[in-house]
Amino acid sequence: MIESVPALPQDFLAQVDETVSHYPVSKRSAALPLLHLWQERFGFISQEAIDWIAARLELQPIHILELVTFYPMFRQRPFGKFHIRVCRTLSCALGGSYQTFAHFKKLTGATGDEHGPIDSPDGRFTVEFVECLASCGTPPVVMINNDFYEKVDANKVEELVRRCGE
Amino acid sequence: MPIAERRLILKYADQPGYTPDIECYLKHGGYSVLKKALATEPATLKDEVKKSQLRGRGGAGFSCGLKWSFIDPAKNTKPVYLICNADESEPGTFKDRQIIHKDPHQLLEGMIISCFANNVHLAYIYIRGEFPTGAKILEQALAEARAKNFLGKNILGSGYDLDIFIHRGAGAYICGEETGLIESLEGKRPYPRIKPPYFPAVLGLYMCPTIVNNVETLCNVKHVIEMGGEAYAKIGKPNNTGTRILCVSGDVERPGYYEFEVGGLTLGQLIHEVCGGVKGGRKLKAVIPGGSSSKVLRADKRFKIKAKNAAGEMEEKELGLEDIPLDFDSLAAVGSMAGSGGVIVMDETRDMVEVLANISEFYAHESCGQCTPCREGVLWMKKLLHRINAGHCTTADVGVLNSVADNIAGRTICAFGEAASWPVQSFLANFRPDFEARAEKVRAA
Ligand SMILES: Cc1cc2nc3c(=O)[nH]c(=O)nc-3n(C[C@H](O)[C@H](O)[C@H](O)COP(=O)(O)O)c2cc1C
Ligand code: SF4
Ligand code: FES
Repeated sequence: MIESVPALPQDFLAQVDETVSHYPVSKRSAALPLLHLWQERFGFISQEAIDWIAARLELQPIHILELVTFYPMFRQRPFGKFHIRVCRTLSCALGGSYQTFAHFKKLTGATGDEHGPIDSPDGRFTVEFVECLASCGTPPVVMINNDFYEKVDANKVEELVRRCGE
Repeated sequence: MPIAERRLILKYADQPGYTPDIECYLKHGGYSVLKKALATEPATLKDEVKKSQLRGRGGAGFSCGLKWSFIDPAKNTKPVYLICNADESEPGTFKDRQIIHKDPHQLLEGMIISCFANNVHLAYIYIRGEFPTGAKILEQALAEARAKNFLGKNILGSGYDLDIFIHRGAGAYICGEETGLIESLEGKRPYPRIKPPYFPAVLGLYMCPTIVNNVETLCNVKHVIEMGGEAYAKIGKPNNTGTRILCVSGDVERPGYYEFEVGGLTLGQLIHEVCGGVKGGRKLKAVIPGGSSSKVLRADKRFKIKAKNAAGEMEEKELGLEDIPLDFDSLAAVGSMAGSGGVIVMDETRDMVEVLANISEFYAHESCGQCTPCREGVLWMKKLLHRINAGHCTTADVGVLNSVADNIAGRTICAFGEAASWPVQSFLANFRPDFEARAEKVRAA
């Protein structure tokens, strides 16, 4: 199975080896970190990813799949170029995060449910209502990809979406 | 006169020019306590922590010294592991992020000392997945500490070896529960383990004795060793020692994180003097004092607590909400808890039905699904609350909601069951007419 994967970049393989070495007692512990590495590099967790990581850690693919389906941060499909996470939880809700979330949806054209990632029609944005991001004193709190923003009111939403267009 | 903060953990964090790199930390006396610790017997270090009466800052407020004493080097043949719990996911809590971003070496120093005291040679920092920047900062700090031989083989010539690695979570709150965290670190779904027998101190990571401590707790260890356990215990009050970072959010003029001696101020002083009062000069309605899992306190209620008077005798006192001292024991005495230090303030305009519906949505999303009462109950509570909130309900639904909560608490593998039920039980105990009025209103219409 592992041979069917297209050649992975050398530097990626080196990162994988380094990561696995952090778990001298049990390689299985490297499952989450390898999923992160893969998703950061290739955008999402494909069937290939599951098979490859399982083989690398001498596990069955189900041992990896069960992680992907449990942990909310892993995704089995590509996301938009900009992944916008808006905090839904109480302190942010008191500070207006439902309006912030609605505004992001309006400006990107994404429509849909409160939980779970939703895409804009042009596929550039994936908007997601998420739980507490541990910055409750500066609501509403937003992450765009790995960057973090505080006090995101309507004006700031507009500015952030505009900046994504640049 | 606003009450002055007492910053021990956050002493430098917000000082202009203070940076998270090791040179800055060393300039401020960093790693000198580690040097002192390495020249001390591990048993003596553990004894100092015991004398300090330090209690865990992660949620349960368990004695750190007692937790460590469960790991007995004389009886133990397996390796011992230490894990720093940096999962910080309890709604309302945002202190560990500040430490990690602004003073990561303080955490590492506290952690290395704690590892040395407990004969640990391999340790992990479990950081929530939504802290990518925090994880990078810690990676950098670890590399710097290794380069200076504060980590690695034969640390500073002491003969002691230690490795610390970062492990990132991936968006699940339940990974903050220590046995769920351990499962996650083993590469599995974070299903909490049943206790007994799986107490981390006995059967933890890889079925070996394991210490799990919160970020702020481990930072405190550094200060305990620096000043000595007895001196540390003089900060705060007996059994409620040291300082505590309080995270205030919701309806106050100046939300934020503030560090005080434990019990050094009352809830009223925190809200009115430190945080500039309730937003817009409105009236206070309710406070959740220790993260969203803690029981809500109603502003106009009177609380009876037993406390020692000046003569050292137990005495019953009656307090208003704003007179409650912010320490572990007082918050427990009024029927809530100090928890994770996340204080959420709500003013008179807030709709308690909506607030509880929001809280329940969180728990419904985060249950790991192992225990039937929790998995089914949290969803049921969420659905009932949305229905009540929307007015599609009868007064009987309020009773059903209460009984669902009562049937989860105490019947599950981990304390998430309580964490999800306490808000429901306490909101209903304090604001039941608000919930019933919603049903009555619809019937009248
Ligand atoms: C559902 C649940 C979530 C928890 N989340 C956290 C958390 O995010 N961070 C934390 O430090 N402790 C959390 N805890 C508490 C831990 O289980 C554990 O008690 C703590 O990390 C011990 O450290 P301490 O003694 O230093 O406080 C949580 C507990 C439960 C039941
Ligand atoms: S109480 Fe809930 S979160 Fe805890 S183990 Fe049971 S199902 Fe999982
Ligand atoms: S509630 Fe939004 S960051 Fe905590």
